[in-house]
Amino acid sequence: MINQLDYWLSLNAFGRLVFTGQDGQAQEGVVPVRAFPITAPDQGIALIDPQGHELAWIDHLDELPDALRVLVETELSSREFMPEIKCILGVSSFATPSTWQVKTDRGETTFVLKGEENIRRLTSPALLITESYGIHFLIRDRFALDYHSRKILDRFL
Amino acid sequence: MHTNLSPSTLPSTWAIQVQSQLADEERVLAWLEIDLNTQLHFASGLVVITNQRLLSRSSTDATWQDWAYRQGLMLTRRDHSGIGSLELVDANSLLARWRYTLSNDITASHLIEHFVQQLSCHLTGEPPPPPVQTLCPKCQRVLDVPLPPGQEECSVCSKEKHMPPSTWTLFRLWRFARPYKWRLFAGFMLTLGSTAATLVPPYMTMPLMDNVLIPYQNGKPIDTDLVALYLSGLFGAALLAWVLGWARTYVLALVSERIGADLRTTTYEHLLKLSQEYFGRKRTGDLMARIGSETDRINIFISLHLLDFATDVLMIAMTTVILVSINPWLALVTLLPLPIIAWLIHVVRDKLRTGFEKVDRIWAEVTNVLADTIPGMRVVKAFAQEKREAARFRMTNQHNLEVNDRVNKIWSLFTPSVTLLTEIGLLIVWIFGIWQVSENAITVGVLTAFLAYISRFYLRLDSMSRIVSFTQKAAAGTKRIFDILDQTSSVPEPANPVHLPTVKGCIELRRVGFRYGTRSVTRDISITIEPGEMVGLVGHSGSGKSTIVNLICRFYDVTEGAILIDGVDIRSLPVAEYRKHIGLVLQEPFLFFGTIAENIAYGKPEATHEEIVAAARAAHAHEFILRLPHGYDSLAGERGQALSGGERQRISIARALLIDPRILILDEATSSVDTTTEKEIQKALDNLVRGRTTIAIAHRLSTLRGANRLIVLDRGSIVEVGNHDALMAREGHYYRLYQAQARNVDTEDDLQLDITPKVEGNRI
Repeated sequence: MINQLDYWLSLNAFGRLVFTGQDGQAQEGVVPVRAFPITAPDQGIALIDPQGHELAWIDHLDELPDALRVLVETELSSREFMPEIKCILGVSSFATPSTWQVKTDRGETTFVLKGEENIRRLTSPALLITESYGIHFLIRDRFALDYHSRKILDRFL
Repeated sequence: MHTNLSPSTLPSTWAIQVQSQLADEERVLAWLEIDLNTQLHFASGLVVITNQRLLSRSSTDATWQDWAYRQGLMLTRRDHSGIGSLELVDANSLLARWRYTLSNDITASHLIEHFVQQLSCHLTGEPPPPPVQTLCPKCQRVLDVPLPPGQEECSVCSKEKHMPPSTWTLFRLWRFARPYKWRLFAGFMLTLGSTAATLVPPYMTMPLMDNVLIPYQNGKPIDTDLVALYLSGLFGAALLAWVLGWARTYVLALVSERIGADLRTTTYEHLLKLSQEYFGRKRTGDLMARIGSETDRINIFISLHLLDFATDVLMIAMTTVILVSINPWLALVTLLPLPIIAWLIHVVRDKLRTGFEKVDRIWAEVTNVLADTIPGMRVVKAFAQEKREAARFRMTNQHNLEVNDRVNKIWSLFTPSVTLLTEIGLLIVWIFGIWQVSENAITVGVLTAFLAYISRFYLRLDSMSRIVSFTQKAAAGTKRIFDILDQTSSVPEPANPVHLPTVKGCIELRRVGFRYGTRSVTRDISITIEPGEMVGLVGHSGSGKSTIVNLICRFYDVTEGAILIDGVDIRSLPVAEYRKHIGLVLQEPFLFFGTIAENIAYGKPEATHEEIVAAARAAHAHEFILRLPHGYDSLAGERGQALSGGERQRISIARALLIDPRILILDEATSSVDTTTEKEIQKALDNLVRGRTTIAIAHRLSTLRGANRLIVLDRGSIVEVGNHDALMAREGHYYRLYQAQARNVDTEDDLQLDITPKVEGNRI
């Protein structure tokens, strides 16, 4: 099932991913990009060069040899930033723009919600909140939140 | 350069720590508070640039780290999906990496600037150059006027703070009611009068009962004079109430209609002032619903419900006074259910308000689905997706139903509960009244009067409870209207505008950067376009051509750097005055509903017929216009005369010619037509371009033959500049683009049709 890879990845001293293709040419600063970051994060990952051209396509993370997979995964995790809201501690007002104080899987933070339309309904029960600077906050299951959080959230839906 | 960035302006949590780290003679020049750690968890940290080194510490680090200035050191920043990363590297490896959310991005670029300055100063020994312009210390924007002392940020920075609107939104309507305050006062007096008049008849029942009917039962004959007196009083009161009520309703309806109209116009006028960015974010259906139905709802609220409510309050107050004056004890018993009802109203109010807000939002959603699909009906039909669209609409409607059902659950319980309390109240009055009559404490007449009053009284309470929902609905509507009114344009009018009476047409882009959301679209673009020069912007889709044009037109404001016209920052010019100097020809010419002549004169409504014809001639539109059944008076625009793409385009060129702008922008003006039509349009364009500073975007490179210079863009940066021959000789980016297109030209000519669909459209 695992295809023979015709490229190799390594990490250089600058912390950049280096892609070595069939021709032996090394490309520095390659970034892995998920094609479906929300709906199918582990499927369809492209390796993109700094000019934005696709170098390789990975159908599924599992098909990579372990060493490469770890590299790709660490690179992804250092680039991906979609804190998952675990609990809504409070909001400054129910009218937008409103400042939310939330507890996420990456610690506590505050953000500004500019308008109700920035809460996007993904496939139920997930929600995606885009704050004023464009950072996405994920609520994986809005019904699994605690009562207080649900009550606050409900006012915005 | 920024002397105010001394350690004293550091956040207090850091100031002392940093101070203890500093050596003698060491000054803090810039700092960046970082809010993420390397694992991308929220944690605070600080990066400081001093005149000797770079210092940093995060809340998890035990000690400070520092790097003194030395050869080969570089500080760079990048961003990706909302987070920025700042990297310190030397020739061999990565030394450190910091992460921050983009709210700090401007500070980060500021930090790098200082770093570069200090580094070069350390390596060459020359002191850093003094600043040339007044910049906002916070966002580095070039300011038209220096900031007043004590103010630490420019108007754009302070605008970015997010203030939620106050909850007392309804009172904000006063702004619109104030011009009508005397009429409102008159309306109130009339209300007072008519309410008082309606309270007379029940009072009359008392003497009618005690002085006429009871004595008659006890054997006395009926005193007809007395009856006539009482009854005429009753009739007179009714008549008076009728006249006053009519006058009141008329006056207040008149006023409320005017308030509603003012509200609508003001909102629309405000909407027109908002930047393109706002319209990019909002959906048409939602905005239409807000201006259309919300204002109407507020209108009805003022004219009907608020009026009723005022009447109710007056009536209750007056009734209470009358009841107490007749018999205080009975009055007390009568008024007993009042606090209970008030409490009930209070409890339900909160639930209903959120409910109604939801109903409004979902209603906007329903409109949105319609506004999304109806213009795209051709696509829906072509792909046979009617069922899917119907299902989508049904789903939204279903959601609408669910939300409404939930609100109605509370609401439906509310009214019967009030009615029940009313009935109980009546029961109590009966019991207490009968007992009092039996004790001879009150007469039968008093009890009758009480019962007559009370049935009206509770009836009013019931309708008063209804005001709750209407008030909430109106408040929700008001909030949504004020959401628009509170929106400040992201291309603000300058506080101290500079006026340019004549424009030569020199455009300078100075290190321009633009970010859309988290995506940075253009970076560090510097070009100077001389007056009268024609410049072509070339590049793949998404290379930032349209963005540059949008920035020059000031549909958006740059996030970094500045755009100057004749040496003046365009942000310091009044927006409308500035845009008068710009003629814009778009790929998809938009014709408004109206005659051809009106459409040509859109930018200059006072234009004479001669001017319009001259512009149309120059645009090569004159002849085809004459072929239309009504010539220049033919209707164009939606449901108007069917015009071809090339014809519409020539009308829009005539439109641009008529205002005689110094700066001309052609955004893919010929992309949507076939090559033959293109040649005709090209002739029209040649007339237009003559003597004006022109910026042209074209997908087809052949259209840009006349350009003095071509600017080749790739992924938001300039990669090559030069004329066609020079760029071809260089065999670089442009050469490849040209070669790729030359191969397609043959097929294109055969088909007589543009086969490369344009995808950019109205995108940024």
